[in-house]
Amino acid sequence: MPKAVAGPEIERLIQLLARLPGLGPRSARRAALHLIKKREQLMAPLASAVTTAMEKIEICRVCGNIDTKSPCTVCTDDKRDQSMIVVVADVADLWALERAAALNARYHVLGGTLSPLDGVGPQDLSIDALVARAHDTTVKEIILALNATVDGQTTAHYITDLLRDANVAVTRLAHGVPVGGELDYLDDGTLTAAMRARTPL
Amino acid sequence: MQWTDEGIMLGSRRHGEGNAIAELMTCEHGRHLGMVRGGAGSRQRPALQPGNTVRAVWRARLDEHLGNYTIEAMRVHAASSSAGSKVLYGVTHLAALCRLLPERDPHPKVYDALSAVLDELENETAAAHVVRFELQMLTELGFGLDLAACAATGLATELEYVSPKSGRAVSRNAGEPWRDRLLRLPAFLSGDEGSSLEDIADGFALTGFFLARHVLEPRGLTFGEAREGFIATVLGQRIARTATGGGR
Repeated sequence: MPKAVAGPEIERLIQLLARLPGLGPRSARRAALHLIKKREQLMAPLASAVTTAMEKIEICRVCGNIDTKSPCTVCTDDKRDQSMIVVVADVADLWALERAAALNARYHVLGGTLSPLDGVGPQDLSIDALVARAHDTTVKEIILALNATVDGQTTAHYITDLLRDANVAVTRLAHGVPVGGELDYLDDGTLTAAMRARTPL
Repeated sequence: MQWTDEGIMLGSRRHGEGNAIAELMTCEHGRHLGMVRGGAGSRQRPALQPGNTVRAVWRARLDEHLGNYTIEAMRVHAASSSAGSKVLYGVTHLAALCRLLPERDPHPKVYDALSAVLDELENETAAAHVVRFELQMLTELGFGLDLAACAATGLATELEYVSPKSGRAVSRNAGEPWRDRLLRLPAFLSGDEGSSLEDIADGFALTGFFLARHVLEPRGLTFGEAREGFIATVLGQRIARTATGGGR
């Protein structure tokens, strides 16, 4: 075990930073040093931002998104199309879709996908709330934007079956060749899916 | 230690940021786990989907180590997952069944049967194959049913029931007085070709009863929603709504 080179407070900071995604012990040490060097410009505002975020963060009671208010900014935005709900597995997927600005709709965050390997069943996901939202008369379409994995697509089929009673169209994202993708480098599964979902020009 | 084997992916889970732990049903080494470096990345993830047939090289310093897999996809069953719910539910259910086997215990018959049933999943005979696979799993786990002859008369003809107590077949005449207490033996399991929807439902009820009693309940497990979804899909029914969670 390496010897500590700084006091326990700094070592604790390094240990916590090393737990962040993308950071290992070395990069955490560099980040900690950087914070210490920029104490006033960076460390104080960061500490304040982390404290404020921790106090104010809420899970939206409507869609499951993360925000500082509930219902969240997305749910209370009147300019969004009320007739469409995009179903995503995680908040990270919601952020990715918002970044792409592909659709101006509302969302529903499931909190994961069905996964027997990880012991995730329907009771662990926000499926009941989705079914209830789908029965709202203003909702006309549910878009299942779930991962193109076996777990993701099994979840999509499971939800589709539960939404049969709701008077909504259930659609899902297309599977196929990514923008900028070269056929030679694609895996067999993607090529097969793309060929099956071909469209007329 | 190093070996190369053919295997069927049962699942994978993320390990750290870039790696994954893959679970394979291999031909000669049974259900075997190993780490795939870069397995969480977009290049390797398609190959690690359940149901894919892969060529796996496993390396470790000692036999008892988790070890590292190098995996190359051979047949991508997961590609047909975009085809429909029957294949998806089927793959998920079959993987869950294989997970009941002990680790690193070779089951070449299960591997061959799994490979065959995965090939059949898109066909109309898929349900009968899955029922037979469940029967074989019962046998491999030490709870095989005796469906060759009647437990009461010894006759090998007109077998219509199975005793829930002994797991042995019972003929029509011998079982008639207790028909309400016996499980129905579908014709396709007693040698006849073809299977009606009623036969399929009876087949799943039969294997489901014994799997639940002998295998799942002692381990504190229940059937996942994949089996229910598969049965509902092949019988043209709807999944019973069991979800109660608010999630998160």
